[in-house]
Amino acid sequence: MLILHCPHCDRMVDETDLHAGGEAHLKRYGPGSEAEVFENYLFMRANPKGVHFERWRHVYGCGKWFLAARNTATLEVYGTYAAQTTEPPQAIRDAISEKQPGWRWGTFQ
Amino acid sequence: MRLRTNGRLVAKNRPVHFTFNGKRMQGYAGDTLASALLANDQLLVGRSFKYHRPRGLVAAGAEEPNALVELGRGDRQEPNARVTQVELYDGLAARSQNHWPSLEFDVGVINAKLSRFLPAGFYYKTFTQPRAFWKHVYEPIIRRSAGLGSAPETGDDHTYEHFNVAVDVLVVGGGISGLAAALAAGRAGARVLLIEQTSGWGGRAVVDRPTIEGATAQDWVNATLGELHRMPNVDMRIRTQGAGVFDHGYALAHERLTDHAPKRGGPRQRLWRIRAGQIVTATGAIERPLSFAYNDVPGVLLAGALRDYVVNFGVAVGERTVVVTNNDDAYRTAIALVNAGLEVPAVIDARAAAKGELPDQARAMGIRVITGSAIRAVEGGKRVTGVSVCAQDGTGGQIEAIACDCVAMSGGWSPVVHLWSHCGGKLVWDDAQSLFRPDADRPPLGADGAGFVTAAGTANGHLFTAEAIADGFGAGRKAASASGHTRKPGQAPMGDDLAEAAIEPVWMMPAGAPYDLRSKMWLDYQNDVKVSDVQLAAQEGFQSVEHAKRYTTLGMATDQGKLSNINGLAILSNALGEAIPQVGTTTFRPPYTPLPLAAIAGVARDELFQPIRKTPVYDWHENNDADFEPVGHWRRPYAYLLGDETAHDAVKREVNNTRTNVGLLDASTLGKLIVKGPDAGKFLDMMYTNMMSNLAVGKCRYGLMCSENGFLSDDGVVARLDDDTWLCHTTTGGADRIHAHMEDWLQCEWWDWQVYVANVTEQFAQFAVVGPKARQLLQDIGGMKLAKDDLPFMQWAEGQIGGFDVRVFRISFSGELSYEIAVAAGQGAAFWDLLLKHGEPLNVMPYGTEALHVMRAEKGFIMIGDETDGTVIPQDLNLDWAISKKKDDFLGKRGQQRTHMQDPDRWKLVGLETLDGSVLADGAYAVEVGENANGQRNTQGRITSTYYSPTLDKGIAMGLVKRGPDRMGDVISFTKDGGGTVDARIVDPVFYDKDGEKQNV
Amino acid sequence: MSDPISALLGRETQGSVQVSDTGLRGMITLRGDLSYGKMKSICKDLTGAAMPGLREAQFKGENGLLWMSPDEVLILLPYADVADGLAKIAKAMKGQHHLAVNVSDARAVLQVQGPFAREVIAKLAPVDLHPDAFPPGQVLRTRLGQIAAALWMTDAQTFQIICFRSVADYAFDLLAASAAAGPVGHFPRGT
Repeated sequence: MLILHCPHCDRMVDETDLHAGGEAHLKRYGPGSEAEVFENYLFMRANPKGVHFERWRHVYGCGKWFLAARNTATLEVYGTYAAQTTEPPQAIRDAISEKQPGWRWGTFQ
Repeated sequence: MRLRTNGRLVAKNRPVHFTFNGKRMQGYAGDTLASALLANDQLLVGRSFKYHRPRGLVAAGAEEPNALVELGRGDRQEPNARVTQVELYDGLAARSQNHWPSLEFDVGVINAKLSRFLPAGFYYKTFTQPRAFWKHVYEPIIRRSAGLGSAPETGDDHTYEHFNVAVDVLVVGGGISGLAAALAAGRAGARVLLIEQTSGWGGRAVVDRPTIEGATAQDWVNATLGELHRMPNVDMRIRTQGAGVFDHGYALAHERLTDHAPKRGGPRQRLWRIRAGQIVTATGAIERPLSFAYNDVPGVLLAGALRDYVVNFGVAVGERTVVVTNNDDAYRTAIALVNAGLEVPAVIDARAAAKGELPDQARAMGIRVITGSAIRAVEGGKRVTGVSVCAQDGTGGQIEAIACDCVAMSGGWSPVVHLWSHCGGKLVWDDAQSLFRPDADRPPLGADGAGFVTAAGTANGHLFTAEAIADGFGAGRKAASASGHTRKPGQAPMGDDLAEAAIEPVWMMPAGAPYDLRSKMWLDYQNDVKVSDVQLAAQEGFQSVEHAKRYTTLGMATDQGKLSNINGLAILSNALGEAIPQVGTTTFRPPYTPLPLAAIAGVARDELFQPIRKTPVYDWHENNDADFEPVGHWRRPYAYLLGDETAHDAVKREVNNTRTNVGLLDASTLGKLIVKGPDAGKFLDMMYTNMMSNLAVGKCRYGLMCSENGFLSDDGVVARLDDDTWLCHTTTGGADRIHAHMEDWLQCEWWDWQVYVANVTEQFAQFAVVGPKARQLLQDIGGMKLAKDDLPFMQWAEGQIGGFDVRVFRISFSGELSYEIAVAAGQGAAFWDLLLKHGEPLNVMPYGTEALHVMRAEKGFIMIGDETDGTVIPQDLNLDWAISKKKDDFLGKRGQQRTHMQDPDRWKLVGLETLDGSVLADGAYAVEVGENANGQRNTQGRITSTYYSPTLDKGIAMGLVKRGPDRMGDVISFTKDGGGTVDARIVDPVFYDKDGEKQNV
Repeated sequence: MSDPISALLGRETQGSVQVSDTGLRGMITLRGDLSYGKMKSICKDLTGAAMPGLREAQFKGENGLLWMSPDEVLILLPYADVADGLAKIAKAMKGQHHLAVNVSDARAVLQVQGPFAREVIAKLAPVDLHPDAFPPGQVLRTRLGQIAAALWMTDAQTFQIICFRSVADYAFDLLAASAAAGPVGHFPRGT
């Protein structure tokens, strides 16, 4: 079972109190977007073995969304952070770099 | 038989009575069912799965593969109880399993005669050829023979519970290593949970009695338990098995509370759901059998188990026991037996020499030691009568025969690495000791990327007292420190050992055994897998250990290879000509031993199986013969049955009465979300397909919500409460989902917009007062003005009715004059009663969800979940009027612009009337000529809603039909339940009051 | 109008740990900027309690404030005072983005009291309920069995639990069954 830190409640929370929301840091495309861009936004999701960024909602707790940087293969969690950001904060990237030198996820590294 | 001496765990002054297969027997308090059966010379306890060979006890603990019995009857029946783990109590009734007609005489033995049909992989081979055998041989005989205990047919009347804890250190195993680990962690100040699967502490040490800290092992165990009991930060549980270790330090433990004392109250079992910072697995080791011919005859036991029975319970299996071994430890059994006054005619040692202190002691006691030898074969059928001896390095030429009634075997010890391995801990092959042990460099990794499990003691490959206890203490200290508790725990306890000579790996006896011997050497007693089966699997190309397992069934079923795993893969590796570590082990999966489903369910059964959501008038519904239907977790009345009415009659009456007089609907379950803030209008314009920002205060508007895909997701009436506040009604199932959907977009996309959302669904009871006499009913009660001009259609107002504070919405889902009235939930029942009381002269009747559905279908209103299924866009339902053309953007707008969504061939909503007036089948397809690429009949539409309409006295339906709205008047055919088709005409979906005059009066 | 009723109609159990309905309770969900001065003062005016910090429960007698999320507090006050309270909030927060709604009827408030009350809750909630981890003065939002719940302790042996009204019977029966099953003996008694 994943046990993640809710950054809003500042406590560890069992997966069963959370709701998983899929890949984080997606950019929304609406009317006027090219078919390919829209398809990408709607359907194409990264499924890496290794570093990944995910959306989670503390649904049985504060109700807030947060983001998690974790390793899908080892289940190591590099950090969790508030959802109100378009890219992972530097502290999270540093934490990942420390454990996974040279990592890359999408346009981040 | 029971010995006069020994038996440290049994109280010989406290007899306990029990039955086995109906036969009355006696044991003592402290016995396990296993030891009590042996005390009564009941060696035969079951039959093997495949060949139905007689089977006796082999082990004394959780690894016992044979002795599974059924306990109790009726609501206390339990199949597959392992007798070694069942503590004896007065009145215990056990029955053996997997035999027919009786344990002594079992016709299933015929399977053994058919053994040429049952080789390795027989599931895959034999069940296919010859075809004629299937019906008359395989099905009736083999299937029957492959069973375990029977499933209970009645409910279980025990209670079970869960318990959630978070600890710094979980220590699994209450032997000396586990006790030492708990001691170190406890002294360091960590929160410790120490669990032990048996009913006592000390593990093997209190049987084998090494010296610890200058005293007996038992003295050290007692002193340590005393210290641990005094620590408020340590909880200790016996009869609690570590069942599994999972990601991020989650672990399950299974505590048996009253299995041994069934008359005691309280829950029978407790499932501990543990979040551990660190886990120490001090789970000990399991002795390996040796592979010699007929090693499955009852009376052949593990040497350590035999010692346990003698020392712990004062029970012997036979008078004359031959010990066979490849290591020094088995000599302890020989010594213990002789000390107990029993005969040991020989120790057969496969090694060329036996020079350790234990063999010397044995020899000094007069025990004959035959080195370089092996058992060629065991004699006897339902129990051992003797063994024939041969040279270990030969092909089985008999040297001598020894009469005996028991054989104690030891192939060495395998650390119990299950819990270490469950979550990814890796193993390393220890060549010197011939065992797999945890690789400390590759532990299971936790959330921080560091190891969170430490193996300790024998479970870590330290088979000797001194290292085992020191290793346990060290593991406890390390675990405490890793969880932030660094207080110094003092010195590790010191243990003493006799010097033992090295084990020699022996995977087969004799080393050059021919096929006739190999085909009688059992590796897996439970699944009847022999040395020859594994060799055949290798020969047939099953080189992966995981494949060989499934092909041969080695290590499957309840036993999961606790005894057979290492021996089996050693045989496999020999057959493949590879080293053991290259072949590797199969995957260790939780739980360690099977967990009862009842323990997993815990309290969640019967009434508490799942929450039932009740509206404020649930009790009234229940007291008035509501026929409930589940809607999510809600229970809503489907219809109210009067007298002898069927549900169909009731629905018809409810519809007719509502259309003629006045009906009441409990609509409390509809979702109610308050959306407020300076940006609320802008936000709702994104959420809904239509415009909500321009809705005037006091007015209502029907709105549609779509996913980004463009598919219709929810609908409902939105009311604007004030300048910056909207009330959004959702479907019953949509309240939580749409609330979450709104929060998602507000928190994760438009977090700079100033909007708050609150779910107030349950704050209100909401009732629809529906029908031509609805207004009269409310006016009779008295209160706020509700005339046509006071509260026009699609408006809302606040006021009082009958003294109740209410909010009234003039909306209609039935086509009739209708008021939906919201009142505080705590006054809902009283207000409902008031409506019924004042409505009596008007013939008011409540109606249920089915009447609601019929009336909305008569009006051609769509229902989320009927007309929609996640692939339907609003345009398919002719709801273009509710999709704003003015807005640049809303959720789903771009999705609806995709080519396929614009396809004129899309199936679109129409009404359907059968030509014969019958009711179409729900979900029926409209057939078209020709077939598709898969040879299936082409279709051109399907039914989404279909009812008998009491108002029109005929079947009406809605459906999605290819280009439907362009084909008004066409007749198409729909499939019928039971075959054939029925013709229906495409018509307007509004069957009733097309101009909407009734709802607008 | 008639007197409002609570979902549980005063149900209670006997036994060494007792489960009971606490009856009608005024509850206002207030969302806004918890650090905003006027928000703090109106909360204090209504309850006498200070604005709670992260995961805190602040009480003055029966009235109190529960931290529900970084932008939400639950105001607990007498049932009859809610309408007046909402009016005061609207006045105090005028011009400031906020949301205040009456949720008194949407919820049920249960009490679990007795020497092993802590263990009764730990049987049902996937959280660390050790006295060091969850003392009186904190609030916890989690699951109780299969439903959402908020809980806090009024003293070392007493929990108060809020759940949705529709599942009040489930919550009560669940707690009653867990209390009837007796203590686990894991947590020090009376903590």
